[in-house]
Amino acid sequence: MSVLLRVRDLKTYFVTEHGKGTARAVDEVSFDLYPGETLGIVGESGCGKTVTSLSILRLVPEPPGHILPGSLVEFDGRNLLALSAPELRAVRGNQIAMIFQEPMTSLNPVFTVGDQIAEAAIIHQHLSRRAARARAIEMLRLVGIPDPDERVDHYPHQLSGGMRQRVMIAMALICHPKVLIADEPTTALDVTIQAQILELLDRLQQELGMAVLLITHDLGVVAGHADRVVVMYAGRVVETATTEALFEHPTHPYTEGLLAAVPRIDARRARLHAIPGQVPAATAWPPGCRFHPRCPYAWDKCVAQEPPLLETGEGNAAGHTARCWLVTEPERRAPKR
Amino acid sequence: MTAPGSLLVEVRDLVKHYPGERSWFGLGAPRAPVRAVDGVSFTIASGRTLGLVGESGSGKTTVGRTMLRLQEPTSGKVLFEGNDVFGLDAARLRALRRKMQIVFQDPYSSLNPRMTVEETLREPLEIHRLNGAVSALLDEVGLDAAFAKRYPHELSGGQRQRVGIARALSVEPRFIVCDEPVSALDVSVQAQVLNLLADLQAKRRLTYLFIAHDLAVVRHIADDVAVMYLGKIVEHAPAAEIYAQPRHPYTTALLSAVPEPNPRASKQRIVLTGDMPSPAHPPPGCPFHPRCPHPKKSERCRTEPPPLRPITSGHLAACHYAAEPM
Repeated sequence: MSVLLRVRDLKTYFVTEHGKGTARAVDEVSFDLYPGETLGIVGESGCGKTVTSLSILRLVPEPPGHILPGSLVEFDGRNLLALSAPELRAVRGNQIAMIFQEPMTSLNPVFTVGDQIAEAAIIHQHLSRRAARARAIEMLRLVGIPDPDERVDHYPHQLSGGMRQRVMIAMALICHPKVLIADEPTTALDVTIQAQILELLDRLQQELGMAVLLITHDLGVVAGHADRVVVMYAGRVVETATTEALFEHPTHPYTEGLLAAVPRIDARRARLHAIPGQVPAATAWPPGCRFHPRCPYAWDKCVAQEPPLLETGEGNAAGHTARCWLVTEPERRAPKR
Repeated sequence: MTAPGSLLVEVRDLVKHYPGERSWFGLGAPRAPVRAVDGVSFTIASGRTLGLVGESGSGKTTVGRTMLRLQEPTSGKVLFEGNDVFGLDAARLRALRRKMQIVFQDPYSSLNPRMTVEETLREPLEIHRLNGAVSALLDEVGLDAAFAKRYPHELSGGQRQRVGIARALSVEPRFIVCDEPVSALDVSVQAQVLNLLADLQAKRRLTYLFIAHDLAVVRHIADDVAVMYLGKIVEHAPAAEIYAQPRHPYTTALLSAVPEPNPRASKQRIVLTGDMPSPAHPPPGCPFHPRCPHPKKSERCRTEPPPLRPITSGHLAACHYAAEPM
């Protein structure tokens, strides 16, 4: 199948205040998104997953942010990073749309939700106000908001958190985008509302046939909703795999550690496995493998030389890669803990 | 000193209503009061952990804060080692507070940004005229002694939460309210802090009220679990039992909604419809009835509030059909 969105060697750096150096938030990130699939990007705070998603649509504030030359974000045969501002605007919200974590702050409080949903249809599809309003009502119905004819005239403060996230989704999907970037779409929501929103996204993806880039810190959300997963750590992709392969054969010690750290609802563990230490600062990534100071298996080679993404051959799944020397020296995965 | 296993904390019919604001800049009719906590009772035995679970607006945080009298209750009683917490004068309350501490959710806003870690930890010692070593406290929560001179902005979220725990420990309490202590932390750091809380409990024989929205986290740390919905406890049971056999349809739905880090988990997901109603206007009858997926839901649920009653020994549930769980 042909690639829909190709990201290659994406580097987004931030110049920090007081000359503390350059934060290499996203550092040579590459992945492909295929039509109709859900690709999960998972990692903890500071790993670069949100900056990656913002860089795709060039939403990173410049300055202090800066996407380096040599980065490629290819969509429909064009490098989005090289488009002029008007060309990029024709893609944003039209062919690639985005929903954010905070439905409270992502909506404009002084416009009705109907106006905000209709805006994209007026701009991109040149609908009349009346037709756009009818489309907005249709979208509200599609995302499961009761009484859409009334709700269309409501302001964001009149809606609950879950309803606001539904409005955000309606807004993102009104132009039937080919790619939806969902950046922590349920993190601010309660678990029963999260279940509603994730079910809605699954249904809409099937009905509209779009590809979803699902950015999340929650391995449970990834397990239930992504086809393939990219794990990020310290600005780098450290592992890519199909969802099943990732959970069955986690290869990078960071992935392994994360999975062991999650408290499980299906079984009580005597003790959680904690990854020692914390994510280093983006201005001073460690030399060699960026995970080596926290890694239970690290040896001198890991300090000296950063591994590339290596094919694991694990579980015979093609495309399972890990940025770890253990792939070449598996006998070193001896239990040290 | 209370013997292990004996009653340490007892909450009886605790109620906290916030008066409704007047509309029209204070001139209009008052709105309905917000019934944040509406008749909550439970006990915690010495050395045990009660997990108090619920979604935003369920009243779980208000329960914790009111128990320590950080907020005054509307009515009800809290007994700590037999003392009536709400009946104490200021001096005796202060003495009691030494034994009851709290760890807050947000490690960013619960430390004074102008105080070093040492000053933060020294303050409670001075108030209670105690001799304690800051370095020993830091060591106990897994921080290097060098952290004493640092300010909160120099610390990561996990380190700040360790300072918050050290501050609570400094006065050698018997009981700690942990109010969502790990929900602001990343999963790898969350595991560190949960392990620390478990170690401290074993070492110091602490008793915890562990407030959380995350059922997986609670499963890991709690001996007993109480589930709140709209200001009321709807189910209360030993942890192993509530996860294996939930009796209230809300608990069942809550458990099924937790995303499991296992792509092969083929569980029957119950997706509740609608949002939690406002605690200012709770529905009549069972507060959960408008969203309840129980197949037996009936007219009785709409009119008659189900009491929290024992279904099996030690397992309480507030559902008319708890004997026939979903």
